[in-house]
Amino acid sequence: MTTTPVPPQGVSLAQDGEAGDDIVAAPPEGPIKRRSRIAANRLRSPWASFAAIIIAFLWTTPTVGLLITSFRPVGEINETGWWNIFIDPSFTLDNYSDAMFGNQTNLGGFFVNSIVITLPAVIIPISIALLAAYAFAWIEFKGRSILFVAVFALQVVPIQITLIPLLRKYVDWEINGSFWTVWLSHSMFALPLAIFLLHNFMKDIPASLIEAARVDGAGHVKIFFKVLLPLLTPAIASFAIFQFLWVWNDLLVALTFAGGQPDVAPLTVAIAELAGSRGSDWHLLSAGAFISMIVPVVVFLSLQRYFVRGLLAGSVKG
Amino acid sequence: MDYISKYFSWLFGEYFPWLWGEVRNFLLNPDGPADKFVIMIIAILFFIVVMGLILFLVDRPKNAPRWLVVLGFVGPAVLAIGFGLVYPALATMWSSLFNKNGAEFIGLDNYVTAVTEPAFQTVLRNTILWVVLVPLLSTFLGLVYAVLVDRTRIERWAKTLMFLPMAISMVGASIIWKFVYAVRGADYDQIGLLNQLLVWLGQEPRSFLIDSPWNNLFLIAVMVWIQTGFAMTILSAAIKAIPDDIVEAARLDGLAGLQMFRYITVPSIRPALVVVLTTIAMATLKVFDIVRTMTNGNYATSVIANEFYDQSFRKANAGLGAALAVILFIFVIPLVIYNVRQMRLSEEIR
Repeated sequence: MTTTPVPPQGVSLAQDGEAGDDIVAAPPEGPIKRRSRIAANRLRSPWASFAAIIIAFLWTTPTVGLLITSFRPVGEINETGWWNIFIDPSFTLDNYSDAMFGNQTNLGGFFVNSIVITLPAVIIPISIALLAAYAFAWIEFKGRSILFVAVFALQVVPIQITLIPLLRKYVDWEINGSFWTVWLSHSMFALPLAIFLLHNFMKDIPASLIEAARVDGAGHVKIFFKVLLPLLTPAIASFAIFQFLWVWNDLLVALTFAGGQPDVAPLTVAIAELAGSRGSDWHLLSAGAFISMIVPVVVFLSLQRYFVRGLLAGSVKG
Repeated sequence: MDYISKYFSWLFGEYFPWLWGEVRNFLLNPDGPADKFVIMIIAILFFIVVMGLILFLVDRPKNAPRWLVVLGFVGPAVLAIGFGLVYPALATMWSSLFNKNGAEFIGLDNYVTAVTEPAFQTVLRNTILWVVLVPLLSTFLGLVYAVLVDRTRIERWAKTLMFLPMAISMVGASIIWKFVYAVRGADYDQIGLLNQLLVWLGQEPRSFLIDSPWNNLFLIAVMVWIQTGFAMTILSAAIKAIPDDIVEAARLDGLAGLQMFRYITVPSIRPALVVVLTTIAMATLKVFDIVRTMTNGNYATSVIANEFYDQSFRKANAGLGAALAVILFIFVIPLVIYNVRQMRLSEEIR
């Protein structure tokens, strides 16, 4: 979406540095550049780093507070602030076992639902979008650019506007309140962004590669599987993480299509309900919140590089 | 003969319907975790088989006509987008012209209600507050932070910390902040950090989430907390893309510190700034998780996205809910047009 100043090779972060297989890898740093970087480093005022550390500290404290709380005994959580742990440390895992397996919360079951919802809701849209993105990038056809712009524009349609008619259809088909409606809805909603992102990555693959395969007599299906798919693994990974985090963390879609169905509803719905009905049970809320966060945080930290790349491809390049 | 026809009528009249009912029941109402995983795998396999079949059929004929190939590749996506986005959006626009239960055509009355009633005017005011403040604050903070940590030794972990709120759900973020805002009577120890800070400063504890209109700002802070990481990532990449010779030349001209920031950094990353601002604005418009989890829209904190949910699913006012969804869409349209034009522009340059 930028006009000129951001050349694609510049779009890379420090985290991208170690990636050799990068599509958008930064060019190797020359000695002059390196020297100037080191010089710039020396020029940097220590105050800047200090301010950065203060901001980072402010940003992290709320999370740390709740994390500490989740390990404190119930009685203490409701009587004293979590910062007292530094004076009077006491830890317990009871909150987690209560939240996970207690009769009233039983987040374990919702945890299973979250997994069951998320996997198909990631795999299905990626596959459909890969095919469409390939056609938009490499097959000439009439009305291609109009269709592509339409798909691109649809990615910002608020999901809210689609919910009630879809729900009516699901009720007509007698599949409402099942996993199928949640999978279907997430897949459909994800397509515009998925197609747009994957199309951007596909356009980066040199046309000569595809021409060569075509000259060798390969059809589109063969080119897609043999030439493009292997090169696209990083792109697929970056969208997969996006979609994974989106679906796992989603509340609106789950609430609409699976709300009130403890057999289908994911963790977010369960925890939002908990916050509404037992808003002062901090021992359950804190443990529950972290149970719902652990998976996305692990995924995010281990695959951060791909996530950042997808973010940049989606919003800066275009 | 009679025997066989009886058998077939049993097969088609009783056995198959029964079998289908059983399969359907299993697929729609799995019992326990094991069954859930089984139907999850069935769903994935079924999907792979269907997609494979489509591709196989498209590839089968020698020199397949191009329209067939295009249909095979784009067809599923267009069908899904048509059914999942285009059709429901149109249906919602249509039903926004009807009354509560959709029986009576009332023209634009729902929109009039949504714009003129005092309760809804508060909702509109809050939404505008969100859409203006969240992008500005998160972009500003993200930019400052990106510049501060740029090329320092702590850059990597500093970015990760700022970025982490993007990985968690807004429900989780809301709970984290609800605890920061927690309040107890002045006679007791505070358990919420913010009130404890007030107490240490010699102030009375306050109900941050209840006292209107300030409570809106405390909700907005949560969204800023989440979105700043996004702004920082995009802007940091843009800053790194500023050619070194420009920076060097400016430095030789005697620019440093804030001046460098004002005259070199900000103008160079202007396009990225615009993208970040519009993207966050769009994300903010659609957010309802935070309001719902923290205040449930009470104490004059509701926004359009939350009000939509309330009217549609709790107060059973389908017409008004639809009108609110359409209003949300209308808010987004200028941003969409702007983005499409930006994309066209960059395609031309390419």
